[in-house]
Amino acid sequence: MDRPLPADPMLQITGAFRRFSDEFALGPIELAIAPEEIICLVGHSGCGKSSLLRLVAGLDRPERGSILLNGVELAGPHTFVEPEERKIGFVFQDYALFPHLTVEDNILFGLRRLPRPEALKRVAGMLDLTGLSALGKRYPHMLSGGEQQRVALARALAPKPAVLLMDEPFSNLDRDLRDRIRQDTIDLLRKTGTTAIIVTHDPEEALSSGDRVVLMNSGLIVQAGTGRDLHDRPVDRYAAEFFCSFNKVPATYRNGSLETAFGSFPCRLDIADGSPAVAFIRPQAITPSHAKDAIAGRIVRRSFRGEIEQIELEIEGADTALVMRTTQANFADGDRIRVAIDPARVLAFAV
Amino acid sequence: MTLALSTHMTGRKQAAGSRWLKLAALTAALVCVPFLALLFEAVQGSQGLWSHLAASVLPKAIFDTAILLVGVGILVASMGTGAAWLVTAYEFPGRRTMEWALLLPLAVPTYIVAYAYLDILHPIGPVQGAVRWLLGYSSPREFRLPDIRNMTGCIVLLGFVLYPYVYVATRAMFLTQPASLIEVSRTLGVSRNAVFRRVALPLARPAIVVGVSLALMETLNDIGASEFLGVRTLTVSIYTTWVTRSDLPGASQLALALLAVVVAIVAAEQYARRRQRFAPNAQRSGGGLERQRVSLPKGLLLLGLCLVPVLVGFVAPAAHLAMEAYARLGFAGLPARFLSDITNTVLFSAGATLITLVLGSAVAYAARLHSGTSSAWLYRLATIGYAAPGTVVAIGLLIALGAFDRTADKVASSWLGFSTGLLFLGSGAALLYAYSTRFLAISAGAMAAGLSRIPQSLDDVSRMLGENASGTLRRVHLPLSKTALAASGLLVFVDCIKELPATLLLRPLNVETLATHLYGEAARGTYEEASISALMIVFVALLPVIWLARVGRGGNR
Repeated sequence: MDRPLPADPMLQITGAFRRFSDEFALGPIELAIAPEEIICLVGHSGCGKSSLLRLVAGLDRPERGSILLNGVELAGPHTFVEPEERKIGFVFQDYALFPHLTVEDNILFGLRRLPRPEALKRVAGMLDLTGLSALGKRYPHMLSGGEQQRVALARALAPKPAVLLMDEPFSNLDRDLRDRIRQDTIDLLRKTGTTAIIVTHDPEEALSSGDRVVLMNSGLIVQAGTGRDLHDRPVDRYAAEFFCSFNKVPATYRNGSLETAFGSFPCRLDIADGSPAVAFIRPQAITPSHAKDAIAGRIVRRSFRGEIEQIELEIEGADTALVMRTTQANFADGDRIRVAIDPARVLAFAV
Repeated sequence: MTLALSTHMTGRKQAAGSRWLKLAALTAALVCVPFLALLFEAVQGSQGLWSHLAASVLPKAIFDTAILLVGVGILVASMGTGAAWLVTAYEFPGRRTMEWALLLPLAVPTYIVAYAYLDILHPIGPVQGAVRWLLGYSSPREFRLPDIRNMTGCIVLLGFVLYPYVYVATRAMFLTQPASLIEVSRTLGVSRNAVFRRVALPLARPAIVVGVSLALMETLNDIGASEFLGVRTLTVSIYTTWVTRSDLPGASQLALALLAVVVAIVAAEQYARRRQRFAPNAQRSGGGLERQRVSLPKGLLLLGLCLVPVLVGFVAPAAHLAMEAYARLGFAGLPARFLSDITNTVLFSAGATLITLVLGSAVAYAARLHSGTSSAWLYRLATIGYAAPGTVVAIGLLIALGAFDRTADKVASSWLGFSTGLLFLGSGAALLYAYSTRFLAISAGAMAAGLSRIPQSLDDVSRMLGENASGTLRRVHLPLSKTALAASGLLVFVDCIKELPATLLLRPLNVETLATHLYGEAARGTYEEASISALMIVFVALLPVIWLARVGRGGNR
């Protein structure tokens, strides 16, 4: 968390904390979000990402710390703004469409404070923007999952919220539909200049969707940064393993490099010489090689994954097998091959 | 009522939401008032009167009440379970009709069935007349059937109108049991005829217990039938202790004794159902047990068996009332008081229904908004009236509201210089209070059930779209629960119309409802005019029975 906070944050969370049970507490959380920024809040289920969303929404109250929206305190030691007063939009995982209202009336629900003609114009605009114009008179149960998701989004955006919160908004969709709807949603958020927090448990979705990714674990933020940052430069083993599965190779730290059974890799660790450490080697960093110092191994298992093939190599003189991923297709079980490891893509962690 | 209102309110400010909690607390407090007043008065009661009551009234009343309960319990258990088994296990002519027809006696209040049969079986009534004609006698002095005005008559008549409570619960239990249970027992060597005794009956036990306890609650609540038939139950003793002796402490002590009987029944129900909460079987898609086809003579026999309770409990009294009413109308037209009776009945019932729906919804909604232990307790307290006999509630309210009325009158007279009279007891407000106390559980239960089917995310999203708790109730929950609420409103309305004991005790002077008019005539031994009132009540009471029959058709209840 050494990145500077956005200069003029739209949403600023400072030291927010809430205890939910003896086992689980959220925070303290520090997070600032710039205007029009899209944040992906990611983590395994139960990590506290939805709880954080509910604190921001006002559906739960922090015990300590404060939440500021545009410089106005929403929650603090002496203030608590009710959720209905916050001007924050929320898209729920189950969409929470009102079953007794048509698509139009669902979108109209939050526009009660607008004059009627203006509200209707806003609804028509939202229907148009989300491509739902033909479905305005339908009831939610007559819509497909993707259409329901769009109605939920249109309804949340209609009152022009300062911040839009989305709790696993794509997880109820089929895989092929999900990618398209996600892209449409991001495009719409960009077009409307909406500041948004999207909660997801899907690492790929997190990396691809937002401006910044915030990774949480056990109620705390582990790391926040661009997708590239989190993927390439994870701050700890948890962050590393969340986005990629690694070959974890025991190592010893000596003279600024990791010594392993597969060679030594330069790195910087803040531990004494001779201390045990672990090298995280990406399967993609292992490639077939004809170099003289390449590592010799025998293929013991292959599994075809579509675009790539995952290959397990037994290495002479090493206890652990190496897993590599390659696009080459000309291997057979039992083949003896030689591979090289890209030292730039090896991560080092103290044990 | 010193209930801690500070729940661990999950991060909500004291705003719209807490208003609902306060309303729920107020409701619970109001419901508790009559019971606390009863306790207070009974503790104060003069020793002299109590020793008289304890020596002369109480033993007989308790004994008679116990006999009545045991008799009615056995009768409704056997009739209700038997009828439920016949229509679920056998296929016979008319079975589908009998399935709902067996519910019909539910529409006949206990005091009306007694009223009707007193007339039907009167020595110079139609039945005895026909019997004498058949046997060739000319006068009641030569031959008469045994009088029904005794304990046996009371047990039989109550049994024939209260068995549907057992029938409904037990039939639902039979219908939801998977056929596999019956089939597996047959592969284990249980014969077709032994299935009922060895499998179905033990399975249905929790349902039978529930149904019997409901029927016994109604028995305790009854005042008309036992009084007409000369059975001096606790309920009747309470009523006469107050009405003829004006002994409120004595009546409240008897009411407490009655309340103890209620608690004992509830406890017995819980005890009988311990470890018996049969989980509905996981795969219930297998369908219920297959009905056994029987030969035509046997089928007609079964049909005849099922017809007996319907004829005795509904068709005969309803037909008799209809004929009497028709004759009366042709002879004298509508009785003069009829219109005012109906107006009073509808006004009181509709007012109480409205109050009950509003407060019941408030209690259920508060429990949803604040998912803490104290709101759950408020819900429980607000709905305790369901088990309390009307007499108990009425005596409690007589004490509490009487004291309030006297105080208000004294204060107004000395400070403002005019008399307020009896604010509650004189205006009928006490009656609305009693109805609402007794039937709040119906509307609160319906609302809670309706709310439980609405996902919490709808509440959340409504608030995120700018609605507070009250707006969410109005724009989301009420539209989504309106069917359940309407059905419960109908039930409350009809229960208010049927209600007799509390109405007798709390109605303003010279105000009659259909039920009290009927009671008055029957108590005087004149049966003519009231047949129209009785028919009206049965007619209105049929509405929820029809609704129940429609709901029950799918097999789920």
